[in-house]
Amino acid sequence: MTEKLYVSSSPHVLSPEDVPKIMRHVIYALIPTVGGAVYFFGLRALAVIVLCGAVAVITEAVILAVRKKKVSTIMDTSALLTGILFALTLPPSVSFGTAAIGAFIAVAVGKQVFGGFGQNIFNPALVGRAFLQAAFPVEMTTWVPPRVLQKVDAVSFATPLGGFKFSHLMTSHTSLFLGSVGGSLGETSALLIIIGGIYLLWRRYIDWRIPVSACASLVLLSAIFYLINPQKYPDPVFMLFAGGFMLGVWFMATDPVTSPVHPKAVWIYGAGIGFLVVIIRLFGGMPEGIMYSILFMNALSPMLERFTRPRMLGEER
Amino acid sequence: MIERALKGGVHPDECKLTAPSPIENFPCPERLYVPLQQHLGRKARPMVKKGDVIAKGQKIGEADGFISANIHSPVAGKVKSIDKVMLPNGVFDDAVVIDVDQESNSVAEPTWPLKPVDDLTPDDIRTIAREAGIVGLGGATFPTAVKLSPPENVKIDTLIINGAECEPYLTADHRLMLEHTDEVIRGAELVRRAVGAEKVFVGIEKNKPDAIKKFDGILKRKDGWEVVALKSVYPQGAEKNLIKVITGREVPVGGLPFNVNVAIQNVGTVYSLYRAASEGIPLIERVVTVSGDGVKKPGNFRIPFGVMAREVLEHCEARFGEIEKVIFGGPMMGMSIKGYDVPVIKSTSGILCFVKAVRREPYGCLNCGRCVEVCTLHIAPTRVVKLVRAAKWDEVKKAGIMNCMECGCCAYVCPSKIPLVQWIRYGKFMLRKMEAQR
Ligand code: SF4
Ligand code: SF4
Repeated sequence: MTEKLYVSSSPHVLSPEDVPKIMRHVIYALIPTVGGAVYFFGLRALAVIVLCGAVAVITEAVILAVRKKKVSTIMDTSALLTGILFALTLPPSVSFGTAAIGAFIAVAVGKQVFGGFGQNIFNPALVGRAFLQAAFPVEMTTWVPPRVLQKVDAVSFATPLGGFKFSHLMTSHTSLFLGSVGGSLGETSALLIIIGGIYLLWRRYIDWRIPVSACASLVLLSAIFYLINPQKYPDPVFMLFAGGFMLGVWFMATDPVTSPVHPKAVWIYGAGIGFLVVIIRLFGGMPEGIMYSILFMNALSPMLERFTRPRMLGEER
Repeated sequence: MIERALKGGVHPDECKLTAPSPIENFPCPERLYVPLQQHLGRKARPMVKKGDVIAKGQKIGEADGFISANIHSPVAGKVKSIDKVMLPNGVFDDAVVIDVDQESNSVAEPTWPLKPVDDLTPDDIRTIAREAGIVGLGGATFPTAVKLSPPENVKIDTLIINGAECEPYLTADHRLMLEHTDEVIRGAELVRRAVGAEKVFVGIEKNKPDAIKKFDGILKRKDGWEVVALKSVYPQGAEKNLIKVITGREVPVGGLPFNVNVAIQNVGTVYSLYRAASEGIPLIERVVTVSGDGVKKPGNFRIPFGVMAREVLEHCEARFGEIEKVIFGGPMMGMSIKGYDVPVIKSTSGILCFVKAVRREPYGCLNCGRCVEVCTLHIAPTRVVKLVRAAKWDEVKKAGIMNCMECGCCAYVCPSKIPLVQWIRYGKFMLRKMEAQR
């Protein structure tokens, strides 16, 4: 009769949710968007996404091995997710070499430099993207039209936001919503992104406050400008669906590691992203501002957290 | 009847397998190991020595001070020795070892006056609670007499009887409410009289519809009494939560229920109080749920204190050898024991055996916020634990760690499987240690 009993601290039951499962489901939620990328930009898009995913996973595995950590944690698929998300932010014509460098930076600098899973301050995919933006500015802002619009002159082709900023061209809301416009691989179709986002909300894998507060603040602020001068400023619906806002808000801003958890902090964080996007888009030098907005709010998040501790039950404040 | 629901919390599989099993009297073994520390507070002082012949219900341990409790012998027999036994928390402590005399039916006279219960005054009721060694049977084992003695300047207006039993697996309170409805209500009436409350609420979770129906049938004709049907959520039965859910009042941080004019007692406690008052039987046994996939015959048993888990599990045909984990109490707050030679004591609401122990493989914190969402005391566990790990003790204290009731919701829900409660206990331990050194 063996009598060795396993002793551990309570609780003695654990919920069925775990990290690998959550990561897996976020990847599932990206399936429509990945499908859209292939539909709009051809099989090359798939090649870029697969490449970035592979580079991310290999980078993580090598670094874990070098740091003598358990390499098996690669199975949590968080590196794969970073790679895919990163790929979706790239222009369709990006070279494979550039894409691979960025994916490497995303995992190596964006995540592992900070100490690995859960330690990073900035969204790793966006760190990779920001690096490429600085290192290869021209390549990162050269756009090709989606396959449905091949007739368009490809040389001077611009994204809806770029078109508006530099030539005051307006894109129809329907094309923006469906995705038959220029832009990064995964950002063009608001519809496909929202499908994935709603899936995540339904599974409760993302905090609903983030998309709600970010969208609300973007719409409110841009509506104010639009009402002041409809000739000069774009309408709020355009602002909502153009560029990378949808992809950023649903899939990058909601990254739990780099967003706050105290409810009040979350509201401020989301609202801050919407606010900054409007300011950068309307008054900055670049047509798009979602990347910097998220990175900035990521940096602010630990401080927001510190000042928003929830009121404890029975606490006088 | 009114309905209420706790905000936050978790809902693990209920697994109340033994809900239909009537309470059985556990056959008394040959020898009992009755610990002197079965309650919160100071250990009782032994009143017997080796060789003493004792009667059933005889006081064998005397409360040592205000926050302590008397201990009585559950059986007639002879004191073999006073020896160390392992308590559920793994600590070795003194126990009176009694060789049971199965023939003898000598019963000790109660050390309190036996009167018709309707004539008992508040002071009588407090005396009974103290003398009979009654403690909170919901798990905290706080001496009941102390809870029945609020400060003079406090007016208690509401009494809550806690029949939530929100821990998975446990059904002891459920069976008690079904089989001893009248005694529970009469016990509650004694408490009501002792604290002077006008309003009495009996809170029962909706996973016990039969108990709700039974209580409502009686209480709807009783002025000032009401059944509260609670949506099943863990940890609704925690005092502060139940008070908030039923009365809307928030017990202040570091305070007690009387600070918001509420008294709260578990159904098992009031039942024991009633038995002491009406029959003169002190607290010498309790209902224990034996369950889990490690036993072939689960059930609810009335077990005398001092019976070893080994004997209980033999009776329930445990799969010894296959069992990896045994828990005293419920799976959320109970303690996993190191061996089978641990006696049933006043806090033992259940003995659960599992063939497979859940093992954690912690990841780094995903910062997902689930722990923050479920903590019904709004403690923000992830932040507290990060501060503990960084040894920032001042901030740890300010973050409210001492307020944590260790309900386990945060650690249950954590997708990174971080043993949050263990870290919080460690943090509390360190803070207490530093305080003591000062
Ligand atoms: S539930 Fe776990 S992973 Fe999520 S924030 Fe809390 S401690 Fe971190
Ligand atoms: S912090 Fe304490 S009170 Fe809050 S959920 Fe965790 S164990 Fe329960």
